[in-house]
Amino acid sequence: MRADPSILPLVVEGLGFEADGRALLADVGFTLRRGRPTVVLGPNGAGKSLLLRLCHGLIAPGTGAVRWAADEGVAAGRKRHAMVFQKPVILRRSVRANLDHALSAAGTDSAGRAERTAAALVRFGLTALADAPARRLSGGEQQRLAIARAWALGPEVLFMDEPCANLDPGSTARIESLVSDLASEGVTVVMTTHDLGQARRLAERVLFLDKGRLVEDAPADRFFDAPETPQAAAFLRGDLLW
Amino acid sequence: MTVPDAFREAAGLVVDLDPRFVGIVALSLRVTLTAVLAAAAIGLPLGALLGISRFPGRSAVIVFVNALMGLPPVVAGLMIFLLLSRSGPLGSWGMLFTPSAMIAAQTLLVLPIVIALTRQTVEDLWGEYREHLASIGLTGLRAVPTLLWDARFALATALLAGFGRASAEVGAVLIVGGNIAGYTRTMTTAIALETSKGDLALALGLGLVLVCLTLFVNAAAYGASRLGARYAG
Repeated sequence: MRADPSILPLVVEGLGFEADGRALLADVGFTLRRGRPTVVLGPNGAGKSLLLRLCHGLIAPGTGAVRWAADEGVAAGRKRHAMVFQKPVILRRSVRANLDHALSAAGTDSAGRAERTAAALVRFGLTALADAPARRLSGGEQQRLAIARAWALGPEVLFMDEPCANLDPGSTARIESLVSDLASEGVTVVMTTHDLGQARRLAERVLFLDKGRLVEDAPADRFFDAPETPQAAAFLRGDLLW
Repeated sequence: MTVPDAFREAAGLVVDLDPRFVGIVALSLRVTLTAVLAAAAIGLPLGALLGISRFPGRSAVIVFVNALMGLPPVVAGLMIFLLLSRSGPLGSWGMLFTPSAMIAAQTLLVLPIVIALTRQTVEDLWGEYREHLASIGLTGLRAVPTLLWDARFALATALLAGFGRASAEVGAVLIVGGNIAGYTRTMTTAIALETSKGDLALALGLGLVLVCLTLFVNAAAYGASRLGARYAG
């Protein structure tokens, strides 16, 4: 897999998006290189989820551009960035069929699908649940399946929108350790979270959004120890930003 | 003939598998099942497409299709009759008063049910699946097979509802089929005729089969929804 040409760096320039005349995101710019997780922080409505959707190509930018090193983030015929949603979208099929479906959509042949599916089941501890109806899984298991499904596609970049929202502490810890492992294996993770503790544990870099603007882009240590902007300092103190 | 006698004789028809009786039941099932299959082949993809597409006038189309669910069978029969009658646009096909004409009329009856229920089911499902499907590259038409498959239990219920409507109607098949003995006589048209003629035994026997069919359809629909709940979680 590593032989494929890289889709990174991802260059985001002057990115903006409006809905109903309201600017939800304005003039956001950053460059994403291969590395440890980047965490997008910010209050509710700051545009975090929107930023991920724009980068992943689910929504077309209003202004500016999202530029992958390879066209549209496709390298060697495969889309090399995947996304996991806050509320995992689980198809009304078995766990195995959920994995198979995504691989099939990506154009993987049946031998490749069987192999990747089996690997994902083992890698994410889902083997015992392989033939269970996926929607009967617990919230934590469903999110694990969603991550397994994204992983099976062999992404170089993985976008995760609040992957631990609505999960109990045990499931959250398990998802965090998965994210950490994926990062160690060379997957560049970009995730949003509300959980500052989680951001501290996982982030190498922080993008701090406020009111649709990228207010601070800093290494995580620096951001948490000495935020440069008053908005970030207030956010870290737990003050409401208006 | 007294009513108890009629019941006894009707039971005899069912138990002995009287050839005239079996012929009528078989024709009814053949016509209705074929109509439901045809309506499914046309209506499932059309309904799914309507569910995921956005175009000017879409709301009007949806209201129109929903309204057609209440199309009176005699009107559906009349429309097919006009189409197939000697002087009609398809008169040269010589299809009037054949089982094929009855299949066409019942397809017209079932189609709005299939399209409307598929549209609703697929639209709801699409709202939930849309971002994930777009993420893995399934946009537009490419999303339809996934949506239809994941809606399979609700859609089975829609098809059963269509089957129920078609098997119970009498007006459409009577108008375009003509109730010809041994050729286009179905359970419902036979019941109407035999009752007026006084052959209560045959009418009752066929009525019994129709009631059992309705029971079976409802049991199947219930089973499908239970199975669906298992997968929908």
